[in-house]
Amino acid sequence: MTLPLLEVRGLKTVFHDLAGAWPAVDGVDLLVHPGEILGLVGESGSGKSVTGFSLVQLIDPPGEVVSGDVLFKGEDLRSASEERLRSLRGDRIAMIFQDPLMTLNPVLSIGEQMCEAIQEHRNCSRQDALKEASRALSRVGISSPEARLKQFPHEFSGGMRQRVAIATALLNEPDLIIADEPTTALDVTIQSQILFEVQKLSRETGTAVIWITHDLAVVAELADRVAVMYAGRIVETGTVDDVLDRPRHPYTVGLLGSSAASASPGERLKQINGAAPSISARPSGCPFRPRCERALAVCEQIDPSPQILDGHGYRCHNPVPEGSAL
Amino acid sequence: MTVPFFELRGVKKHFRSKSTFAQRLLAATGQAPPPPVLRAVDGVDLSVMRGEVLGLVGESGCGKSTLARIATGISAASAGDVVYDGRPVVQLRGKERLDFLLKVQMVFQDPYASLNPRMQVHRIVGEALRVHRLLPKNEIDAAVDKALTEVGLDLAYRNRYPHQFSGGQRQRIGIARALAVNPDFLVCDEPVSALDVSIQAQVINLFMDVRERRGLTYLFVSHDLGIVRHISDRVAIMYLGRIVEIGPASAVFDKPAHPYSAALIAASPSAARRKRDFQPLKGELPSPLAPPTGCPFHPRCEHAMSKCREVRPVLQEIAPGRSAACHLHTSDNA
Amino acid sequence: MSLSKSVAPVVAANADTPLRTKVLRRIRSRPTTRGAVILLGVFVLLAVLAPLIAPQNPHDLASLSVMDNRLEPGSRGMTGITYWLGTDAQGRDMLSAILYGLRTSLLVGLLSSAGALAIGIAAGLFAAQFGGAVDAAIMRVVDFMLGFPSILIALVLLASIGRGVDKVIIAIILVQWAQYARLMRAAALVERRKEYIEAAVNFGLPTPHIMLAHLLPNSVGSVLVVTTINIAGAITLEATLSFLGVGVPVTQPSLGLLIANGFEFLLSGEYWIAAFPGIALVLLIMSLNLVGDRLRRSFNVRT
Repeated sequence: MTLPLLEVRGLKTVFHDLAGAWPAVDGVDLLVHPGEILGLVGESGSGKSVTGFSLVQLIDPPGEVVSGDVLFKGEDLRSASEERLRSLRGDRIAMIFQDPLMTLNPVLSIGEQMCEAIQEHRNCSRQDALKEASRALSRVGISSPEARLKQFPHEFSGGMRQRVAIATALLNEPDLIIADEPTTALDVTIQSQILFEVQKLSRETGTAVIWITHDLAVVAELADRVAVMYAGRIVETGTVDDVLDRPRHPYTVGLLGSSAASASPGERLKQINGAAPSISARPSGCPFRPRCERALAVCEQIDPSPQILDGHGYRCHNPVPEGSAL
Repeated sequence: MTVPFFELRGVKKHFRSKSTFAQRLLAATGQAPPPPVLRAVDGVDLSVMRGEVLGLVGESGCGKSTLARIATGISAASAGDVVYDGRPVVQLRGKERLDFLLKVQMVFQDPYASLNPRMQVHRIVGEALRVHRLLPKNEIDAAVDKALTEVGLDLAYRNRYPHQFSGGQRQRIGIARALAVNPDFLVCDEPVSALDVSIQAQVINLFMDVRERRGLTYLFVSHDLGIVRHISDRVAIMYLGRIVEIGPASAVFDKPAHPYSAALIAASPSAARRKRDFQPLKGELPSPLAPPTGCPFHPRCEHAMSKCREVRPVLQEIAPGRSAACHLHTSDNA
Repeated sequence: MSLSKSVAPVVAANADTPLRTKVLRRIRSRPTTRGAVILLGVFVLLAVLAPLIAPQNPHDLASLSVMDNRLEPGSRGMTGITYWLGTDAQGRDMLSAILYGLRTSLLVGLLSSAGALAIGIAAGLFAAQFGGAVDAAIMRVVDFMLGFPSILIALVLLASIGRGVDKVIIAIILVQWAQYARLMRAAALVERRKEYIEAAVNFGLPTPHIMLAHLLPNSVGSVLVVTTINIAGAITLEATLSFLGVGVPVTQPSLGLLIANGFEFLLSGEYWIAAFPGIALVLLIMSLNLVGDRLRRSFNVRT
């Protein structure tokens, strides 16, 4: 087996307020291999985005990464200097956000921004940088890239802007892309264009991708492996087929059942009752217990530890029996 | 065939972009072109049968939300008629108009913006009853409680303010507010798209329960094809202000007739498909300020013929209960 | 190109706390703001209680002794009372004059701001609700009013209608309402686009009801927040007008008029006649501005 590109062990990120420190990410383990697409799935407040930001140490006060290891190609990012992190970000590790305007500067033309991104990490002439930028734009399906390079972010539509952000992220052929809900605000036809580009690039350049989303269906179509998050921890992880076809954690089962595609038209959906606990009011034991139909007495006392079998892991005292129909 | 109880006939909604005094002066003297007109809804005919769920699908900017607001009387159409129970709504006055407004209720998309943040829940739900004196004062509380119970909200929360609720609970309050006036037609504008997946399922189930209990009719507007397929009897697909296809949900989803419907269905992700090779639809949604000539979909359509660039296809019946606006299905297609 | 370094903290405990509580907490946690609030409270208390605590009634000419004129602070007068802040040219106790002057200044500031607030809110609300010609008409007047320096408008007005407390109040209302109207219109326009207003329209609720029950309570906040600062502005304007001799009448002197009265003696070394009312005015304006600015920042209102 190849050396993992990214190895995360026991990552814990808290947010401080007057009343104390609340764990948004609570002991997350992740493994990403070169060229692999990992889907990180969760609902709002599950800690999936904070996990993404924590990986590249982009957590500002009142947030703080308090423990765990983040090893990128064997290098510990948690102890890396700010300078080292900056040179990694945008070069070996790229980030794509839901709002592309987070990475695009409104007062600079697209070309200038892309050249800057190239020249920051590499020694090359402006001419070459421009050429490369226009190549990157055409790679994500933007026509007449030379003309587009002279334009400003506001002259692009939302979908185009996101493609520019992706093209910029890909400029230096990173080893890892962390994408935080990049298609959530876009229409399905645009989303499918972007998924297409990302998949193609991952296949062609061997770039690994962590795709953070709330949408299990997108993960099913795009990813190799999936990690399902709930209340700051990964409750189930494995290959897409394992997790989506043979889910063991009751939350994963509930999430799949909540999707309209799981039931025939007009039938009631298998809903999960209740709502996810807020970060400051997580129950003792298993955080999913109050919403869980399979909860046992032990779930109230002991937070289940991860069980891993053949790469399929889950955290549950009373997992759904294997092979039981959804 | 039964008479539809709700109809849109040739409904259009055009927005003129605001021009400055100087621009108007230039336009008046013929020095500059008149300001462009945004055709948000550009001639929609739609009939809804009593008791059915009609899904309305389209991408952002296609005019579906504008259409929903015209249907509920929140905004007026620039042209065309909204016909309720056989009578054009523009002719209704006073009590009759109020009856229409109350019978056709809207459920909104944004659970944060759709409730007045400074009103307690029971006042939000009972407001129309109180202001219009639809019920004697002493019966309003009971009616509010009944509506809250129906949507599954704990009556202990009736004195709370909206900010004390989660998104899903707020959406329930919005539904209770609509139900309190005993509507018979609910227009739901993306009612679950702001909610988490597990909460979406709860609200979808609530919609189906309420419909069964009250025999309501729904116009269900959404960009989420999975949800529309699940809840709808019939589905209409909108592109650039027009309906391009309409028919029974199962037929449209299984065998879409319009190339745009097919592309939309192919693009919407499904948990059943794995590691698929994406076949993206080319191009972007054109600006509704300058829609393409002929068929508005032709620049993105793989079946486009020369005719599509020149002649705009009209919506016509291609099978019993099914219509599409595409030259592939016009009879004189050679 | 650089990544902006930020992540949204999702601390639910914070989201549940009402804004009002948060603002109160923040005011209390800042020593400067806390000091300003206390100072402001003292000023208001002194103004309200002036007739009870002032050593002398400065308006009652009978109680004044002309012999005691222009006495230094701390000197004892003919009648045996000590003038802690000295006396003016009429032998009036400066401390009492300042306490009564504070009354006039605060009264003018509060009444004129209340009047401007009421007119401004109504105008802004109408402009936002009805749009079109109504909006254009109201906003053109607002632009016109805001286009001139406020002191100029007030001066011209007072020069034509004469001086008097009531007339100063009218002049300040006329100067200030336009600011409130513009703010109110902006806030109401934002609210009007929200879905709960559409819901109210969908229920066929009468327009006056929508304006009063929905639009007003949700858009008035930012306007109320800047009122504190505008009270300071009103008091300053009144002081300026009185100093220039077109403001309040001599029978009811405000802090500004006291400063004007003492101005001529400044060069002859009798600083206290002008300086003490001046210090009082500065402290009053400063405390109002500090509190107002903190409120404005806490509610994130842009003026």
